[in-house]
Amino acid sequence: MATAILQPVGNGQAQASQSTRPVRWHIAIFLAPALTIYTLLMALPLAETFRLAFFRGAAHDREYAGLANFRVLILDERWAAQFWNALANSIWFFSIHLLVMIPLAVLLAALLSVRGLRAAGLYRTAIFMPTMLSFVIIGFVWKLILSPLWGVAPTLLAAVGLESLFQPWLGKEQYALTALGFISVWQYVGIPMVLSYAAMLAIPAEVLEAAEVDGITGLAQFFRIRLPLLWPTIGVITILTFVSNFNSFELVYTAQGVLAGPNFSSDILGTLLYRTLFGAQLQLGDPHMGATVATMMFLIVLMVVCGFLFFVQRKLVRYQF
Amino acid sequence: MSAARDNFSGNHFVAHAILAFFSVLALAPIAIIVMNAFKSRDAIFGAPLEPPTTGTFDLIGFRTVFANGNFDAYFMNSFSVTLVALGGTILFGSMAAFALSEYKFKLNSLTALFFTMGIMVPIRLGTPGILELMVASGLVNTRTALVLVYIAQGLPMAIFILAEYMRTVSDDLKNAGRVDGLSEYVIFFWLVLPLLRPAMVSVAVFTMIPMWNDLWFPLILAPGEDTKTLTLGAQAFIGQDVTDWNSVLAALTLSILPVLALYLVFSKGLIRGITSGAIK
Repeated sequence: MATAILQPVGNGQAQASQSTRPVRWHIAIFLAPALTIYTLLMALPLAETFRLAFFRGAAHDREYAGLANFRVLILDERWAAQFWNALANSIWFFSIHLLVMIPLAVLLAALLSVRGLRAAGLYRTAIFMPTMLSFVIIGFVWKLILSPLWGVAPTLLAAVGLESLFQPWLGKEQYALTALGFISVWQYVGIPMVLSYAAMLAIPAEVLEAAEVDGITGLAQFFRIRLPLLWPTIGVITILTFVSNFNSFELVYTAQGVLAGPNFSSDILGTLLYRTLFGAQLQLGDPHMGATVATMMFLIVLMVVCGFLFFVQRKLVRYQF
Repeated sequence: MSAARDNFSGNHFVAHAILAFFSVLALAPIAIIVMNAFKSRDAIFGAPLEPPTTGTFDLIGFRTVFANGNFDAYFMNSFSVTLVALGGTILFGSMAAFALSEYKFKLNSLTALFFTMGIMVPIRLGTPGILELMVASGLVNTRTALVLVYIAQGLPMAIFILAEYMRTVSDDLKNAGRVDGLSEYVIFFWLVLPLLRPAMVSVAVFTMIPMWNDLWFPLILAPGEDTKTLTLGAQAFIGQDVTDWNSVLAALTLSILPVLALYLVFSKGLIRGITSGAIK
């Protein structure tokens, strides 16, 4: 190593003779553009949002409100009903993903990695395809399919003699959010599927062959070998799903409109934030209440993510090969 | 290969059946849109599930869209915003990732943590602050506003993936450059950057799809006619003109095409990017 000439960066001696070394401007220059844009558009606006949550009044005449906005959001009857409804709906929306999407994604990934399966790439591409589409298309096409007038769904159900089962799901209070949850699962299942598939490919062949030698094949192999190795990946997928679910807005907006109908039954935190910030037909936008909703969302996501990392992710056994 | 050869074909049959079922489920709604875009109005309502035949084939929807929609303008807006934001994300992201993975300095891990936070905290929650900033700097209804926001949105993930990848670039190469008296900038731009191509593809796909399909920021920062993106334009089009189904379906088909093309070009690189251990 002829690095003595080069003044290797960061070994003990170099640190000691810091004063004799030239200032390494290039580090600052490499970091500057990314740091500037990220700080100005991500970090500072977020801090500003937290600050706004503690004020009220018009832009030129703001007054400090302390925790009043939070109290209004959680307790005042005009707001609290909407807030708790949106929170409960977001939790339900996430539960659908947790109970349906993640198991389905792992199942599909397991099937894709069956050895010697032909056309696996084709299946993967097809199932991943909906994740690439814009919400405008997705909201529209599912409204179309489920519509009682033009809908393809009634026709299909009639074809198998189950027409009596059909309901205008998106138009009924008790079904709308669940229907949207399933549409969202349809849209996103490709991402956790590909991530689980990647984790399964990373399992060394020797491990699986050793299992086969011991007579562990098929389903037993999946539950006793693959799944235990997959838990850390499933943990990461769960966190990412949670964060994206608690910020989703577009699907409900494009399918049900800004009022998240029918009668707010599909209102989630994202649509509540949008309405609070920019107003809708019946209410005026309010930057301070909007900032309060955003801050609450941030706190909820932060608590859950930290709790998950601390209590669950840390305890998952990782195997090193 | 397998010891259990007798249940092998049975296993395969079940796997094929399940995967084929979900593949059809994934593609059918897209097929319904594209198929009906090429049909006459009566055929759309009469037999939505039938592919266009010589009798029902009709391009009226596409003609309407091209005649009276601003779709070419919307498309150019989406295209330019996505392209510039993507370029910025990759360039600035790799510069920062290089600084973080190559040099040891005092605030290194803190800076890395600062960027990593952005993966967990969605930029959307800063919207009130972003809107204030854009109003103050007069950038509302400009494409610049969208580009800046998308770069900030894409950077954390890009830096994360690129920094992972940069650790695989050999030190000897960089040190040889240093011995030859190349400056750190030359080393980065001429020696390291060209080696990052595979990682750039997966960064591109990961950051590009959310940018192209985003509805939140165009709706809030750039709702004006001149700066509307394709997604927002299609949404408005559907809102104002629900009765003209031919045009709506044609417009949606047109907005699927670029994404489809992109995916077919990049799908190999994308899967390789994911499987190369971005998530461990």
